[in-house]
Amino acid sequence: MSAVPIGLPEGSLNWRLPSKGRVGMWCLIAAEAAIFTIFVVAYIFYIGKSITGPQPKDVLHPPIFYTVCLLASSLTIHIALRRITLGKMWAFARWWLLTILLGGIFLFGTAREWNQLIFRQGLTISTNLFGTTYYSLVGLHAFHVTMGLLALLTVSIFYFTTRLRREHAERLEVLSMYWHFVDVVWVVVFTVVYVIGV
Amino acid sequence: MSSNTIALTELPASRPLALRLHEWVTTVDHKRLGILYILFALVFLAVGGVEATIMRLQLIGPHKDLVSPEVFNRMFTMHGTTMIFFVAMPLVFGFANYLVPLMIGARDMAFPRLNAFSFWMSALGGIFLYFSFLGGDGLYGAGSAPDVGWFAYAPLTSKTFSLGHSTDYWTLSLLSSGIGSIGTAINIITTILCLRCPGMTLGKMPLLVWLNLVMAALVILAVSPLSAAQIMLLIDRYLGAHFFDTQAGGSAVVWMHFFWIFGHPEVYVLVLPAFGFASEIIPVFSRKAMFGYPVMVLATIAIGFIGMSVWAHHMFTVGMSAGANTFFVLSTMAIAVPTGIKIFNWMATMWGGKIRFDVPMMFCVAFLFQFLVAGLTGVTLAVAPFDWQLGNSYYVVAHFHYVIVGGILFTAFGAFYYWFPKVYGKMLNETLGILHFWLFFIGFHLTFDFMHIPGLLGMPRRIYTYEPGRGWDTWNLIVTVGVAFQAAGILFFACNLIWSYLRGKTSGNDPWDAWTLEWSISSPPPVYNYAVVPVVRSRRPLWDLKHPEDPDWRYE
Amino acid sequence: MTPTNIFAPASTPADSIFGLSIFVLLNVAAIFIVVFALLAYVVVRFRSKRNDDRKEPAQIYGSTQVELAWTVIPVLIVLALFLASARVIASIQNPPRPPGALEVIVTGHQYWWEYRYPSLNIVSANELHVPVSDPAHPTPTFLTLLSADTLHSFWVPRLAGKTDLIPNHPNHMWIDPHEPGLFLGQCAQYCGTQHAKMLLRVYVQPRDEFDRWVREQQQTPQSAALSPGQRTFESMACGNCHTISGTPARGRFGPDLTHIMSRDTIAAGAAPNTPQKLRLWIKNPDAVKPGSKMPAMGLPDQDVDAVAAYLETLR
Repeated sequence: MSAVPIGLPEGSLNWRLPSKGRVGMWCLIAAEAAIFTIFVVAYIFYIGKSITGPQPKDVLHPPIFYTVCLLASSLTIHIALRRITLGKMWAFARWWLLTILLGGIFLFGTAREWNQLIFRQGLTISTNLFGTTYYSLVGLHAFHVTMGLLALLTVSIFYFTTRLRREHAERLEVLSMYWHFVDVVWVVVFTVVYVIGV
Repeated sequence: MSSNTIALTELPASRPLALRLHEWVTTVDHKRLGILYILFALVFLAVGGVEATIMRLQLIGPHKDLVSPEVFNRMFTMHGTTMIFFVAMPLVFGFANYLVPLMIGARDMAFPRLNAFSFWMSALGGIFLYFSFLGGDGLYGAGSAPDVGWFAYAPLTSKTFSLGHSTDYWTLSLLSSGIGSIGTAINIITTILCLRCPGMTLGKMPLLVWLNLVMAALVILAVSPLSAAQIMLLIDRYLGAHFFDTQAGGSAVVWMHFFWIFGHPEVYVLVLPAFGFASEIIPVFSRKAMFGYPVMVLATIAIGFIGMSVWAHHMFTVGMSAGANTFFVLSTMAIAVPTGIKIFNWMATMWGGKIRFDVPMMFCVAFLFQFLVAGLTGVTLAVAPFDWQLGNSYYVVAHFHYVIVGGILFTAFGAFYYWFPKVYGKMLNETLGILHFWLFFIGFHLTFDFMHIPGLLGMPRRIYTYEPGRGWDTWNLIVTVGVAFQAAGILFFACNLIWSYLRGKTSGNDPWDAWTLEWSISSPPPVYNYAVVPVVRSRRPLWDLKHPEDPDWRYE
Repeated sequence: MTPTNIFAPASTPADSIFGLSIFVLLNVAAIFIVVFALLAYVVVRFRSKRNDDRKEPAQIYGSTQVELAWTVIPVLIVLALFLASARVIASIQNPPRPPGALEVIVTGHQYWWEYRYPSLNIVSANELHVPVSDPAHPTPTFLTLLSADTLHSFWVPRLAGKTDLIPNHPNHMWIDPHEPGLFLGQCAQYCGTQHAKMLLRVYVQPRDEFDRWVREQQQTPQSAALSPGQRTFESMACGNCHTISGTPARGRFGPDLTHIMSRDTIAAGAAPNTPQKLRLWIKNPDAVKPGSKMPAMGLPDQDVDAVAAYLETLR
């Protein structure tokens, strides 16, 4: 029933394997990156191919402020993690909440842009190829930001119900990998939509 | 759960059925999930086989009217979708789930709850797809089984040409199982990279583990594009988007690119684990170490990489430029090199050995012959001009069934006979196994050898009937006759599984005198797998134990 | 023998493919024979014996030379096959276009073929007429492939490989049949319910016969008085889908019927063009080709007869 004993070689083994949280998250990031790549490829392929309707250069304005907010949130989450590894829980919470705020501002910015595009410019997902590819790509990204924010909010709930401890720092690092990924994706999306595609 | 903390291999059989079923439904144990995947696959194998039988009976002669064109078109769509997504993938994931943790000396997969979630998402996909049959006919297509082909080309899948919900059943069920597949792939990679027992470096893992690692990487890179394309299709159908709307400037060819960027690596997802089974079984039954282990690993990685670059050989007829066609000819032929190397290495493993033809080895030897043929017909299809004649014909259908049935299913049968004793502590019956093998072998060759010929004589695929006087009649008759033998073979297999589960001969820990870690523990394994975490020094830890005077680690 | 045999080419693209395919098949057959023989040898020679002494055989872990050998040889074979393919791809996809070339625009529909000859002012359906091409003075036919709805594929094996018809994605192919005759094929990309009955008939004709066919197709039928069938045809909105030159019928959803009696088959080859089948088709299309896009117009029998009689005057 028990294992056949397999001999230990001379000297003790130094056996260290990567942490499963990190490896798992890298795999998830790879899968998500593949999904985004397809939407980006579709976007690039269809640049200039809309038969009718508003064109990017007529209606798009690069959301610089909101981009800065989102990219800054990568910095704030990094600082938050530095605080929690040192055990400074209250400092961690401030920077964590700031991250959520910055992410929320970004989403607000997206909503504002879409409101303007739909109701003032008449651009919807069904208007033309530009509308289709724009809303699906930016929308897919916004969906990932939303999922990330929900996870970050859940962590803050754990903090405020005093269940979060310093030992959880590594798991939060894994979560922050996802958040950084979302930011990197935005850099790509921003470049493709507001720089290349215009 | 309290009943799981008892360290016994068998719990008293007097527990109520409801409790036992509940344990199965809520399990996070990789061994039970593995069995669930495999049972699920076997059920759908029977269903997919019925769909194939209906098609073959319709095509037994020209101008038959056993079923209407609408029903036939649903049959080939459901047959393909079922066999790929709800038979082959679950088989692959089921065996990976059961074997990988055992073979690396681990207690379970890295994320047991994700494992259970992934299985149930896949199961949901299968059930949802078949619910479409109950959707009812009404206006043709309004809620009925999908009939757009398993690769669902645009614009046939647009709202214009596919009214009703049949296409949506296809899309949503595969999105669900896609989530399951990606979850399982994340689990497999993380398990292999993070949970190996001490001493088991990447260069000392069993080849089956390597092959599943590369398979999982391919799933992550390939299934995601399919999910992306399916989201685009849903947006087209329900939000009025234009990704594949050719009247608004969208492109049907873009769907093809996205689909085949998934579709081609998908076949490597299916075949790499089959190579894994062969790589474990052939050495044991030849009584020799695997010849050229490092080369086998490199060849696997090469297949993984090159496999991501060949997809447009499914699109040679869509009007790509001569340059593009030529590139894909080269990449497709290139992949034949590492694949051929593997065949040679298996042969070299058998060379100079003492081959025992137990049932697992019979299936693997048949695999070698059949996979050779399948690979060679693939090389002929890689020649783009030849593909301009053979593409979308029964030659292609014969080729891919030769790979999937003659290659993958045969090694899977071998895996069943090889590892069933480990899972249940009982041997599968040898006589029934030999009958299963020969009946299925005859049926496979009757059907799929002769199926090449109508293709060479101009018969396209996906037609519910064909014209007399084109020279296709006799060959189609022979192809259909083979189905009867295959069905008989499967019947014997099913009987063998049930009989042996109830009354099989006790196997003991290590009935085959094998060399990988799973054979060092009891059959069935205890729920915790290893009471003491093993420490290994070579690729064949049990060989080292059985041959202390001549251990592998002196030579590796 | 078989009218759709890819190994009986009658046109240059099919010829090139045939030559290449023989080269490839010979290579592949040679590889098969060698490896099969080796496998068979291994399986027989190294069986464990009945009175086996249960000692393990010598364990061989690998050999660099052997691995190199069976890597290099396949690479060379791959290179040879690749270069042969590249040559044929270039010759078929980038052909010269001689001045005598005929142009036909092929539009795929669910489930029929539309042919327009722009330089000859001809519109036809389902049965493609082309002139024979003499290799000394080639008169090939260049096909532009379009689609009005879903994907289709033009496959007449004895004349060329198949090329797909994709909406919003014009494709091009060419044929130069060396001998007159009737060449068969069918749609080779699943396009919907009646994909199986979207048959192809290519009539390759000697020059004089082809010219005669062209002249007949270019004529517009004259009718002094409206026959009852023609009146029914026009009042029952048949003209919404069908064109008959010289009449108000201008529809393009279904085949052009101006010269329907010049065709041997109807419904894209699903039925022969006989009086009985023609009437059945008009009365109840689903009895001939279930799922086709032609609706049953619900005409009483005498009207069906009248319309058919009218159509039978359209030569």
